[in-house]
Amino acid sequence: MSAPVYIVGLGVISGIGNNVAEHLASFEQAKAGMGDITTLNTIHKRQLPVAEVKLSNEQLVATTGLPERSSRTALLSYVAAREALDDAGIPNLNSLRVGFVSANTVGGMDKSEDFYVQFHADNNKGKLRNIFDHECGSMTEIVADQLGIGDFITTVSTACSSSANSIFYGARLIRNDMLDVVVAGGVDSLTKLTLNGFNTLMILDKEFCKPFDENRAGLNLGEGAGYVVMVSDKVRSMLAKQPYCVISGYNNSNDAYHQTASSPDGTGSYMAMKGALDKAGLQPSDIDYINLHGTGTLNNDSAEGTAIKRLFDPEYPPVSSTKSFTGHTLGASGGVEAVFSVLAIKNQIIYPNLRFETQMSELPFKPETRFMKNQHIKHVMSNSFGFGGNCTSLIFSAV
Amino acid sequence: MKVFIRSAACISAQKTFKNDGFLDDITEYVGTRLTIIEPDYKEYFDPKAVRRMSPVVKRGVAAALECLKQADVKMPGAIVTGTAFGCMTDTVTFMNRLVDDNEEMLPPTAFIQSTHNTVAAQVALSLQCHAYNNTFVHKGISFESALLDGVMLLKEQETKNVLVGGTEEMVDVSFKVLTRLGLFKRWPISNLELFKTESKGTIGGEGCAFFLLNDEPSADNLAELTAIKVLYQPQNIAESISSFLADNGLNPADVDLVITGKNGDIKNDAIYQPLISDLFIHSAIANYKHLCGEYPVSSSFALWLAANILKRCEVPEVVYERDSPVDIQKTVLIYNHYQGKYHSLMLVSAI
Repeated sequence: MSAPVYIVGLGVISGIGNNVAEHLASFEQAKAGMGDITTLNTIHKRQLPVAEVKLSNEQLVATTGLPERSSRTALLSYVAAREALDDAGIPNLNSLRVGFVSANTVGGMDKSEDFYVQFHADNNKGKLRNIFDHECGSMTEIVADQLGIGDFITTVSTACSSSANSIFYGARLIRNDMLDVVVAGGVDSLTKLTLNGFNTLMILDKEFCKPFDENRAGLNLGEGAGYVVMVSDKVRSMLAKQPYCVISGYNNSNDAYHQTASSPDGTGSYMAMKGALDKAGLQPSDIDYINLHGTGTLNNDSAEGTAIKRLFDPEYPPVSSTKSFTGHTLGASGGVEAVFSVLAIKNQIIYPNLRFETQMSELPFKPETRFMKNQHIKHVMSNSFGFGGNCTSLIFSAV
Repeated sequence: MKVFIRSAACISAQKTFKNDGFLDDITEYVGTRLTIIEPDYKEYFDPKAVRRMSPVVKRGVAAALECLKQADVKMPGAIVTGTAFGCMTDTVTFMNRLVDDNEEMLPPTAFIQSTHNTVAAQVALSLQCHAYNNTFVHKGISFESALLDGVMLLKEQETKNVLVGGTEEMVDVSFKVLTRLGLFKRWPISNLELFKTESKGTIGGEGCAFFLLNDEPSADNLAELTAIKVLYQPQNIAESISSFLADNGLNPADVDLVITGKNGDIKNDAIYQPLISDLFIHSAIANYKHLCGEYPVSSSFALWLAANILKRCEVPEVVYERDSPVDIQKTVLIYNHYQGKYHSLMLVSAI
């Protein structure tokens, strides 16, 4: 059961880039993706910053070849999944058992919102083509069809930990010898539903977010997609390229405290990190970098920080929240940040936590604020925690 | 290692929940939509809390708690659910406010409860269960994806038991949209006549069913979940089914009873017909969607049905399409497909 699962392909799109290379450049230049809202027709324009992907739906349609009516969720998903699969460069893919395990929270809600305005006024109105692909699973299906993957496809939705769980599930499908290759990760696009929903919770920062800062004031929403390609040992031996790393640890634990808030001591976060270390057979001191969940809300950063303190004290690895660049991409964040975690190992780098000024009074550690090259990065932990107490940690390890 | 169904609890359009009978007092519906026979929730929740809970949340959590009670398990080793549409009541409530009030002064409650993982999260919260917790949202194989996760967790020896459920609610908005998309029949029909008229469309339904899976043989188990497989757009379903059975050391003739996903739509049901008259010519045939309606996780109703058939050594008359040549069924195959794209096979055996 403990057969290694290798990561051999990466793809990502977010507010700071449309592919892996653009992301690395943005990180090095400390270029955040937040700005005014342009894609959504909302009263919150110019009030709440968001990190939009810098491509319009028309541009995404032109790039992907998907139909004009496509949901932005499917468009973003395809861009990143395609990049990941091309990057993996697996020969004779058709002769292998290949799966696509994606994740999202909004599905085709961007189109459903257009439909719903007319439908709500008159139930016989509203263009059906805008509601046809409403379901979360439709996004996965559209992209799987486009990628030519059909041996197994499914979709996970556990709020902000969704795509960490899809990667975890995908790795297990390989370990259980059900599949040879899995493209796994997730996507979410900005919608009025999520923007207004998070706004009612009063956890959106009106300025650019400041994760793990004493004076943090909430999160910025983002959008994007991130996927990894995982393969079995058998497939790895067929590849000309070296794998980037293995997925060595994973754990999913529930905070069981509140539907949306994290427990003050970060019980679920602690259990997820501890469980992932145990699964990987590692000690806290083995971790070389933690890619934080780090949303920038008072509640998350306090709970996550407290859990890290409990697990890592007194020796802390470098930590940072890349949400200070991408915003919180919700169901995509676990996938997007898994890609960043793998790149940290591949390129031996650590990402800066932007806009950090003041250390949190309750924590004995602070995030890394510089882009660090030539680091010794062997084991990276990636945290993803969500509504419903769903907490997942993944660990990636150099081969 | 064998996987067993220790207990099953199902809230549906029939009297399936906490009922000593077994589909012996059938509820007839005339229309194109079946509703739910709601249990008495007082046994599971504070009455004030029930009023704040959406239908799918209260049904889902009640079914989960009842399933655990029947299994005599206080704390499951994992909670996994499947739902295609998630929490529609709260999603619609929030959307209505968003449109009516032009994004101003919205209350957060509906948004908080609208995420797809709400049922699994609320089960964990009510049990204070910190274990593995996951939710799958993939159309007609949402439940099967969850079940597969549960089976893998047991095989990986991550835990001794797993609570797996399928939950779906049908709200007016979904029913109207799906009607406009042509899923349902154009005219009212009795659910008990569903298979007697050859026409397009089916009848809509909803429901919540939970199962406690474990790896311990016991006389108290309902059945063995021998195997599960999902197929996406299979080229030749008869070949796929034969090879699935062969993987489990069986021939089609070894299957005593096939439970099909016929839903009354001529195009949908045509896929089952050649199997019934050829591959499974020696097996008894049963259908279930006239009892619970069509919904993306309806196969969870079928699994509840199969587990009870095997435990009780009894097939309710109302499900038979073709009677059995043997007295007692020991091997049951559930074959369902969702809109022709997603096909699932669940092999369930007597313990």
